[in-house]
Amino acid sequence: MSKHHVSTTINGEPTEFLCEAQQTLLDVLRDELLLTGSKEGCSSGDCGACSVIVDGNVVCSCLMLGVEAEGHTIQTIEGIAQGDKLHPVQQKFLEHAALQCGFCTPGLIVAAKALLDENLNPTEEEARYWLAGNLCRCTGYDKVIRAVLDAAAEMRGAAQ
Amino acid sequence: MNAFAKEDLRVVGTRPVRPDGVDKVTGRANFGADMTMPGMLWGRIKRSPHAHARIIGINTEKAAALPGVKAVVTRADFPDVAPERAYIGEAPANLRDLSRNCIAQGKVLYEGHAVAAVAAVSPAVAAQAVDLIEVDYEVLPHVMDVEAAMASDAPLLHDDVFTVGVDPKPAKPSNVAKVVRFKKGDIEAGFAEAEHIIERRYTTKPVHQAYIEPHACVVSVGSDNQCTIWSSSQGHFMVRGYTSRIVGAEIADIRAIPAEIGGGFGGKTIVYLEPVAYMLSKKSGRPVKIVMSREEVFRGSGPTSGAVVEVKLGAKKDGRIVAGQVVLKYQAGAFPGSPVNQGAMCAFASYDLPNVDVVGYDVLSNRPKVAAYRAPGSPIAAFGVESCMDELARELRIDPLELRAKNAAKDGTKAAHGPTWANIGYINTVEAAKRTEHYQTPLGPNQGRGVASGFWFNAGGESSAAVHVNEDGTVTVTEGHPDIGGSRASMAMMVAEVLGVPYDRVRPVVGDTTAIGFSAVTGGSRVTFAGGMAVTRATEQVVEELKRRAAVTWDISPEAVEWRDGQAFPAGANAGSFEPLSLAALAAKSARTGGPISAEVQLNAQGAGPGFATHICDVEIDRETGYVKILRYTAVQDVGRAIHPAYVEGQMQGGVAQGVGWALNEEYIYDQDGRLENPGFLDYRVPVAPDMPMIETVLVEVPNPRHPFGARGCGEVPIVPPMATVANAICDAIGIRMRDLPMSPPKVLAALDETMPPTRAAAE
Amino acid sequence: MPSPNYAAPATVEEAVGILAGASGLAKVLSGGTDLLVQLRSGRSRPDLIVDTKRIPGVIGIREENGAFVIGAATPGVMLSANEAFVAAYPGVVEGVDLIGSQQIQGRASLAGNLCNASPAADSVPAMIAARAVAVIAGPEGRREMPVEAIVTGPGQTSLKKGEFVLEFRLPAPRPRQSDAYLRFIPRTEMDIAVVGCGVNVTLDASGTCTDARVVLGAVAPTQVIVEEAAQALIGHRLDEGTQERLAAAASRACRPINDKRGTIEFRVKIAGVLARRTAAIAFERAQKRA
Repeated sequence: MSKHHVSTTINGEPTEFLCEAQQTLLDVLRDELLLTGSKEGCSSGDCGACSVIVDGNVVCSCLMLGVEAEGHTIQTIEGIAQGDKLHPVQQKFLEHAALQCGFCTPGLIVAAKALLDENLNPTEEEARYWLAGNLCRCTGYDKVIRAVLDAAAEMRGAAQ
Repeated sequence: MNAFAKEDLRVVGTRPVRPDGVDKVTGRANFGADMTMPGMLWGRIKRSPHAHARIIGINTEKAAALPGVKAVVTRADFPDVAPERAYIGEAPANLRDLSRNCIAQGKVLYEGHAVAAVAAVSPAVAAQAVDLIEVDYEVLPHVMDVEAAMASDAPLLHDDVFTVGVDPKPAKPSNVAKVVRFKKGDIEAGFAEAEHIIERRYTTKPVHQAYIEPHACVVSVGSDNQCTIWSSSQGHFMVRGYTSRIVGAEIADIRAIPAEIGGGFGGKTIVYLEPVAYMLSKKSGRPVKIVMSREEVFRGSGPTSGAVVEVKLGAKKDGRIVAGQVVLKYQAGAFPGSPVNQGAMCAFASYDLPNVDVVGYDVLSNRPKVAAYRAPGSPIAAFGVESCMDELARELRIDPLELRAKNAAKDGTKAAHGPTWANIGYINTVEAAKRTEHYQTPLGPNQGRGVASGFWFNAGGESSAAVHVNEDGTVTVTEGHPDIGGSRASMAMMVAEVLGVPYDRVRPVVGDTTAIGFSAVTGGSRVTFAGGMAVTRATEQVVEELKRRAAVTWDISPEAVEWRDGQAFPAGANAGSFEPLSLAALAAKSARTGGPISAEVQLNAQGAGPGFATHICDVEIDRETGYVKILRYTAVQDVGRAIHPAYVEGQMQGGVAQGVGWALNEEYIYDQDGRLENPGFLDYRVPVAPDMPMIETVLVEVPNPRHPFGARGCGEVPIVPPMATVANAICDAIGIRMRDLPMSPPKVLAALDETMPPTRAAAE
Repeated sequence: MPSPNYAAPATVEEAVGILAGASGLAKVLSGGTDLLVQLRSGRSRPDLIVDTKRIPGVIGIREENGAFVIGAATPGVMLSANEAFVAAYPGVVEGVDLIGSQQIQGRASLAGNLCNASPAADSVPAMIAARAVAVIAGPEGRREMPVEAIVTGPGQTSLKKGEFVLEFRLPAPRPRQSDAYLRFIPRTEMDIAVVGCGVNVTLDASGTCTDARVVLGAVAPTQVIVEEAAQALIGHRLDEGTQERLAAAASRACRPINDKRGTIEFRVKIAGVLARRTAAIAFERAQKRA
């Protein structure tokens, strides 16, 4: 089996890796690059635990091949905070206790960050539909949505 | 009496950020599949495609010969386990059954049953190797449905299972593994005295805990049998214990390290992978990682039972229930051990009934062995009983909350399963529910409101904790409970409260099996209760030691020293006038006053406070499609004392969401060959964010006097009421009584069409 | 399974050459949201994966005299963000939008949704109702086909070896023409359609329908163009009688199966309900497009 050489940008860093054709971007992130923050919950694009942002769009990394990353820009959960400064979504998740086991949390935070990059004033319904692809079995989503809406409010305030 | 009055609390009851929080929101936290060890191989399991078959032979030659394959194991590599019972996990486990569930012996009993495994240099090679293992099966007839499995001519799963609980012991083996029975009073007399009798039958399907993290472990065994297990589980002592017995290793040779765990809900209180990974590692001489795919989780790990619940209630016209009878038939899956016993005990626990008769059947069928699922057994029984209560309330024209209040168990009530209640808060939840703004709010067209109650015992059990004062006055508390929902924050809070120091001076650690004493599983809603008791006692011992060190420093008697606000004070003017000594000051000089300041406590906690809840749900039905929308939901629960209210609320909200999924859309769907048709999140439909509204929580606090802070377990009760709450709301909205779960749109629409004349149907 | 080969051709000709010359099973990779699931589960075991996304024009939307040309691998989020396209074909966009989650939207494409050939595909009913045309590239050059001619059965297309969909063309909508798509699912999101319905109507100034297409998904092996339903609409306004005839025609056109997502009986009923509701939305939108 010959491997493919891929050049990409991950969390702002130029990154190269080797992978087999059938390895997904999630496989590559976790097993080759040891960026284990993105999680495998289902490998069928139904749970969102593997969410990453590719060229500004939130996607399931289990539904992309590693080779497809060539030339693209990828942001993972590891790149959401800036050094030791948490993103408002991350901070609000902590304040609102919006996580219990924490497994779905990276995917949720990446997806929520993508939402707020596009819309700083989502309604509760818009936030819920945007996050429909992120399954959480622990929280019932209540505190998650509160955290996202509160992060939006804080970011709107800061933007003024 | 609780040691701490609520008004004096400064940390307990607040909402600090959890200590593992930053790791979890940045992706740094390490879960079961996040570990890599040098030289690690990838393991993969071969699973049965048949629901029931004899294994004639397994040929592993081609798999073993594939380049990159370093080990192949089958049943032959595992020692025989005597059919002894051993209590390690949450429920008594038959070790031989558990061993045969981890890897099949002689027969496969469900589609997905493990029969062999490989370890190879990459996941791709491991997958190829699994395909090369040849298994020769003799396919046998299978049985899925619980009542079909009980029939005398049903295909038999085990020829050595004879129904327990029947006297005399039966001569023929059976799929009915056990019968349990509870009685109180005289049920015949009760029904004779009743003025109104209602008899109904309810049915449920198996549902899965559906934790988002699949089972995962890395196991490394050296040639000296020293073993390290890294896995996510609800109890690493349980992992160590079960693995040791299944593989034939000594407990001291195994170090089980708790990874962070991505949900369990009871489903991770047993092992599936660790013993197999152990054998692969032993054979290959390298660490082996096995991670289940989502499909494997559904096919190969335990859901909870599907069931039949037959309820008969006899009441006076004024609503006093004088007779309660329930028959429960629960699927156990491939090996005995459904939670029918717990279901039987919980069925009428919320009520004070003079005459009760409960019978439960534990029934084998060709499905995965059931595993615990949040208040195991209770939600199923509650679906039946609480729906029937609602039907009774309607027939008697009594408000459903009023009916419950009239029959509520209170302090002094003797429950049907034995104990006499003390310090319980059930009626408080009913009354609080009545007072909510939710309950007073009017409804619109096609909308309805349902209420239902629920109960769970909550558990005590074994916990250990160690509290160490560090040289700079910070404190480390080590405990042995994997943290599923934020418990380590609560541990730190209790320590901080007792010491009188800020929360951020206390760092909690979940220690591995070599770092702390034996601790039973994170389950049974026991960690805040039992673990909390252990950390509190250990901290109290530390406080006594700190007072002794101050006394040494001041050269006075220890009785003359007080501890307050994180400092030692002379107790009164007679003791002498000394400046207070802080925790940091005493820590700094600890070597001179006697050595390190620590305490470790092991206990078997008794006195867990039972939990009760009452829920309210509003739904809106689309009469043309049968779609049920959850408009509003309020969960009222007696939590004893909320150590960290946000995490208590979180437990309630999570349980509600799981119950709503169980009520509306979740079910295992099998084809005619006993194969699972929906082993993925696409067609196994758990609630998604837009399916749920905000979930209101009302925390009733009737303190548990057996816990230093009054806490009772709170994690399991919330899943007990929702199915009946939703069913009752649907009935309120459209007058249709749904008695079969899930109440999915095709079933609701079919029920509607049966009772309503066609309005806009095709009529050309 | 040995790892498949992977190719990312830079031109149409290169892609055609690779596909036509493939010795084993070759699959086109567009958004990947169906193919990768099938790869992972073992349902599909291709020898070669041909990624078309580097071909110029395969990702993107452009207008040509009011008509729309959509590259085959254009992801859903790009379609939803194109205001002109949303205004012209809100129903098509609705259909695409309903394919899975926001994450799926970041990758899923019209070509993939069509050529995966699931009877329940969400974008297809509205595309057929819109009379979309697929431009196919192959060894014999380019050809055009109405999209309903592409899907021949569950998982089956009429594409020949070496062919792949390059782009879609949707005509410039007329005045008072618009569309809508609805589907029924048991949850609010994340389910495969139990029934899907796409309706495209053109009205005159009085609100009377002059042209219509009603297409059902998930009620037969392929999407169903319900002629009788269109006839129920044409020449009429959407009064109660028309709605009942429309619903009845939709229900009669169903040839569904019982499966884990719905029963025959349920699908037949829902088809009628959805046809009515979808037409109502399409009519209302069409009125506003003077």
